[in-house]
Amino acid sequence: MAKFRLPANSIVRKGRYYAAAGASRGGRIRRFVVYRYDAAAGGNPRTDTYEVDLDDCGPMVLDALIKIKNETDSTLAFRRSCREGICGSCSMNICGRNTLACTRAISDVRGDVRVFPLPHLPVIRDLVPDLTHFYAQYASIKPWMRTQTPPPPDRERLQSVEDRDKLDGLEECILCACCSTSCPSYWWNGDRYLGPAILLQAYRWIADSRDEAAGERLDEIEDPFKLYRCHTIMNCADACPKGLNPAKAIAEIKKLLVARRF
Amino acid sequence: MPKAYEPQEHVVDVVVVGAGGAGLRAVFGMAQEGLKTACITKVFPTRSHTVAAQGGISAALGNMGEDDWRWHMYDTVKGSDWLGDQDAIEYMCKEAAASIIELEHYGVPFSRTGSGHIYQRPFGGMTTHYGKGIAQRTCAAADRTGHAILHTLYQQSLKHNAEFFVEYFALDLVMDDSGACTGVVAWDLATGRLHLFRARIVLLATGGYGRAYFSCTSAHTCTGDGNGMVLRAGLPLQDLEFVQFHPTGIYGAGCLITEGVRGEGGYLTNAAGERFMERYAPNAKDLASRDVVSRSMTIEINEGRGVGPQQDHIHLHLEHLGPEVIEKRLPGISESARIFAGVDVTKEPIPVLPTVHYNMGGIPTNYHGEVIQLRNGNPEDVVPGLMAIGEAACVSVHGANRLGSNSLLDLIVFGRAAAKRAAELLEARHAKAPPAPAASVERILDRFDRIRHADGDQPTAALRLEMQKIMQTYAAVFRTGGNLEEGLARVRDVHARFSRVRVADRSLIWNTDLVETLELANLLPQAVCTVAGALNRLESRGAHARDDYPERDDDNWMKHTLLHFDDATGDVGIHYRPVHLRTLTDEAQVVPPQARVY
Repeated sequence: MAKFRLPANSIVRKGRYYAAAGASRGGRIRRFVVYRYDAAAGGNPRTDTYEVDLDDCGPMVLDALIKIKNETDSTLAFRRSCREGICGSCSMNICGRNTLACTRAISDVRGDVRVFPLPHLPVIRDLVPDLTHFYAQYASIKPWMRTQTPPPPDRERLQSVEDRDKLDGLEECILCACCSTSCPSYWWNGDRYLGPAILLQAYRWIADSRDEAAGERLDEIEDPFKLYRCHTIMNCADACPKGLNPAKAIAEIKKLLVARRF
Repeated sequence: MPKAYEPQEHVVDVVVVGAGGAGLRAVFGMAQEGLKTACITKVFPTRSHTVAAQGGISAALGNMGEDDWRWHMYDTVKGSDWLGDQDAIEYMCKEAAASIIELEHYGVPFSRTGSGHIYQRPFGGMTTHYGKGIAQRTCAAADRTGHAILHTLYQQSLKHNAEFFVEYFALDLVMDDSGACTGVVAWDLATGRLHLFRARIVLLATGGYGRAYFSCTSAHTCTGDGNGMVLRAGLPLQDLEFVQFHPTGIYGAGCLITEGVRGEGGYLTNAAGERFMERYAPNAKDLASRDVVSRSMTIEINEGRGVGPQQDHIHLHLEHLGPEVIEKRLPGISESARIFAGVDVTKEPIPVLPTVHYNMGGIPTNYHGEVIQLRNGNPEDVVPGLMAIGEAACVSVHGANRLGSNSLLDLIVFGRAAAKRAAELLEARHAKAPPAPAASVERILDRFDRIRHADGDQPTAALRLEMQKIMQTYAAVFRTGGNLEEGLARVRDVHARFSRVRVADRSLIWNTDLVETLELANLLPQAVCTVAGALNRLESRGAHARDDYPERDDDNWMKHTLLHFDDATGDVGIHYRPVHLRTLTDEAQVVPPQARVY
């Protein structure tokens, strides 16, 4: 009989405990339980626990991670840049939810703050997942304006306010991957299923009145795997830190595909 | 060279360092020109800080009423407090319309007018008829214009198959004995491997260094890495003393609230509820240029009229605009105000404070984007093989103070210009990139190895915090000689202690301890040069306001500062370049210096 075994290094062990420094002991202490993994060093991933004095820390989870890195353990690796929810760098899993660390208030989390990388992606190190495949999927939908008609040489293409409004809720996507990596269907079939983020991006162009390749775009994604692995689980809409609804965009694509059969 | 590092070699026509607005515009422009182009960037392109630009991008399209690029040029010269180079300003304002029409054709989702044209809003310092009326010149995609543009530029780069090296940290420029740049060495964070990019042109598009300060709107990654590399290569930076404070950073968090709020009709009040800008700028009021508004706010606070329990900030009102305008035109800052200030902008004002936002100074270039230096008496001597654009560069179109919505324009116009120039320069397409001098590469690897194994007693984060606090205190909105002298001594002391820095992480893979240390090594010389430049400039001009020299002094100081830095001693060498009081063509006239009132 075949034996199935998890890889030896798949078990997350308990790591080090960093108590808050003496002076902070009296403060409002919160524990941050943070996933650590160093492929180069080998061995298993672990969770290190850091006590953080909230009286001496900014309000967001990212503030706490930076404080830990600055004051306690400079080896902790995570991505961050704009710290205001627009660049999409610091997407991670905080207490079981994919979100941006920079806009997630510590006060909104109860108990220990558990910080993990985005789920179901290869981890390069600590909170840094490998997004190569996600980005390649983005490129695969040819996410740029495609037209046959040449644009007017010396002025903009016109677009009505109503047509422009159709891009609201789509063009704001920051490619943080929170939605795609919260989707069970993407967990299973992420190699072939494009996932909510990329399908939302595909619909962003289909919905743009200036673009002339809607038919081609629909052809390109009409595929049991690329598109139809969406089973309206809706985790994507729940996860999106920008309040977008990728599931709705996917539903719109499916509607268009049905409509064009008739 | 240290054996472990044998860098992988790449031979290209152009290597672009940085993938923000300027870098990306140049990258696909060059790809379009058929140049073999590599773009190395320390963050995935859409994470670059251009993404955070909100209000818009200026161009005299005239969609909302009369406009003329000459008026835009006049406004920009006046905004620059006559430190801007007028030939470059002419070029930028004249090329603006075509550059932005192009962006629309690429698919930027601009907001629209009732007639379907690009929506344009008023912005600080933007006028019609040479200062007489208020212009609506700033093209907007709601209040997420930077996001809209950056994503579109990345999409165009994908379309043109540009080659990206993502999450590569550039270490240093490879320079040959004649002073020409022949490439760049970078570190791949994911694999730990070093790479040598041999190129016929290195184009720096590495952005500003806002993170030299404690409170800034800039991203954590805004550490001026290109500027740092240039100083280490023995080349000068220009006009670093001019640091823009944006009037409306969120109090505490420092996140940006766009000037577009005031463009749409928002206004500032003090503790008495007074619209104090009416006193400081009777005509433009809240839409005076940024240095003027930031100074006015600081005076209000210093004179005890700030709001809040500590009387240490100012209120920005937009509740009177109504939910519809707010939802349509300002959705992004509504979200930011809610998250970072706990404020419902339809009901309450936003607490704001002048916050470090933009570096007018940077790598001196001509309007083609070629890096220049003062050599053998020639202030326009081109450094072969090296170009710079965007916030990293100092063309100088912003002079002593940048106008809001002129920075996105700067990125696009000069990104485009750099691509054209590179194509001209590299007409012989089949020529190979010059060899990389072994000594130069070895120096770079030695330095990397030394910092990687730094085992001193000064943690990176502690040194950085000290530098940031010093800059915040001493190189602030208002400056005095005494203060600056003290600040210079203190920031030089921090720089000196960098030799005792400690890196705890020895890994080569995603070692962000080392990344932050290398970034600090880039920031510190810029911080020292900024204070030295400010101490040296005995006048007030644009963003540089000296209490002890309150007037602009055109006779002695209408000139660019060139700052050289000696990393071994911390000494700053200061030279000058003349300001270009000339136009490029006779389509425009020089704007002669005059008193600057709004």
